[in-house]
Amino acid sequence: MTSPVIDVSGVDLTFQTNDGPIHALKNVNLEINKGDFVSFIGPSGCGKTTLLRCIAGLETPTGGDLTVNGLSPEDARKARSYGYVFQAAGLYPWRTIGGNVKLPLEIMGFSKEDQTERVRKVLELVDLAGFEKKYPWQLSGGMQQRASIARALAFDADILLMDEPFGALDEIVRDHLNEQVLKLWARTEKTIAFVTHSIPEAVYLSTKIVVMSPRPGRITDIIDSPLPKDRPLNIRDSAEFIQIAHRVRDGLRAGHDE
Amino acid sequence: MTRVDTKFERIAYPVGFGLLVLLLWEVAVMVFGISPALLPPPSAIGAAIFGSLPILWGDWVQTVVKGALNGLWMGSFAGIAVALVIDRFAFLKRGLLPVANFFAALPIVGLAPIMVMWFGFDWHSKAAVVAIMVFFPMLVNTLGGLADTDTMQRDLMRTYAAGHVATLLKLRLPAALPFVFNGLKIAVTLALIGAIVAEYFGSPIRGMGFRITTEMGRLATDMVWAEITISALTGTALYGVVALIEKRVTFWHPSQRG
Repeated sequence: MTSPVIDVSGVDLTFQTNDGPIHALKNVNLEINKGDFVSFIGPSGCGKTTLLRCIAGLETPTGGDLTVNGLSPEDARKARSYGYVFQAAGLYPWRTIGGNVKLPLEIMGFSKEDQTERVRKVLELVDLAGFEKKYPWQLSGGMQQRASIARALAFDADILLMDEPFGALDEIVRDHLNEQVLKLWARTEKTIAFVTHSIPEAVYLSTKIVVMSPRPGRITDIIDSPLPKDRPLNIRDSAEFIQIAHRVRDGLRAGHDE
Repeated sequence: MTRVDTKFERIAYPVGFGLLVLLLWEVAVMVFGISPALLPPPSAIGAAIFGSLPILWGDWVQTVVKGALNGLWMGSFAGIAVALVIDRFAFLKRGLLPVANFFAALPIVGLAPIMVMWFGFDWHSKAAVVAIMVFFPMLVNTLGGLADTDTMQRDLMRTYAAGHVATLLKLRLPAALPFVFNGLKIAVTLALIGAIVAEYFGSPIRGMGFRITTEMGRLATDMVWAEITISALTGTALYGVVALIEKRVTFWHPSQRG
């Protein structure tokens, strides 16, 4: 057994605010192995995004140990170990779609030919071939978010961190993108950590579902999904799927009632 | 349904109104027997313009090309450069910015006699006044623009482990451009005012401000109005050039997409 890609043990994070300290994360323990698809689910304020940001080295825990690829999150960030997809696409309006995907490649100093080739490849991967020369504001919200996923994939980090990437999209687009993310995961064999507040999305996508609760933000349940890796959309009507969804809902309710 | 004006109509309306104003002006001067020293008719102003083209050209070169434009580029570059330095070092923002704001509140034209003493009667002292005048709007606008990125955009750059320079070049400078152009539009107007008014405090025997004061002393108001007409046309043209460049460079900004 190899060591986990992301190892979270006893992590605490307290924000000091003007209204006093806020306990955002309390004693969080979690192991994410290579090739896992892990979802963090919970109500707002449960620390799911904060946990993802800690893994990304964008926030620093005030206690506990956290390693990414065996490095501290800060060093892992500097080693460009992950691609990060934010809640909004956040494409730069002065760059074309191709230019946006190229942005990390330029910063990381990839060669010109390599840049062109990678942009072509990842745009194909997210079904945006032919939109390279369009500007973000000429595209729909779903297409923009796909472009931002392409941008996170462009430099081919082993880990993909996604923070409610489809939260602002309508259900039909979201279903379609969920399917695409699964295909992408199967093709690229990346380790994915995915924040969501949608139970069907979490159950449909994940090999491991982390249920979280607020005040203080903590993990209440970790569910290893028995669903097969190959998942058509109608798997959501199967008894197994509904059973897991139930357990997630129970976990969320338990955290809520305390 | 409202009908969109054709290009011809968009030009024809203002030109028509302008001609109407000139006509009323001409008629009023004639009907009420207004002395040409108080208000010359447009026809006399027109005659003065076409009768003294070489003089007006010499004044224009002296004031606009040498005084205003030289001061404009020097003051703008200095404003942007100082903004970049202040932005890099937090202690400068705390120390230098209040001092700069204090200077910005000075009626800078009052410095003109001092500039004449320092830099002589020729265009150098006028350019100095203009440079100081345009420096502050450029500084303040550029600083505002550099601060106009949201947390997500900056976090994105952090996930790429991008340094200060890369973040500046790829994100913050492009994002600041609409603000820089706003500053530039203020600056071209100020530059013309500054260059003309500074000549009131001493200049060689040419220049638009020089001509206005001396011709006024001889009660040759048609020549004064001729200079005013030229300066109005110049101001409009300079503003138009900046607006045109802005449209080309910041085509992606919502205010330009229209």
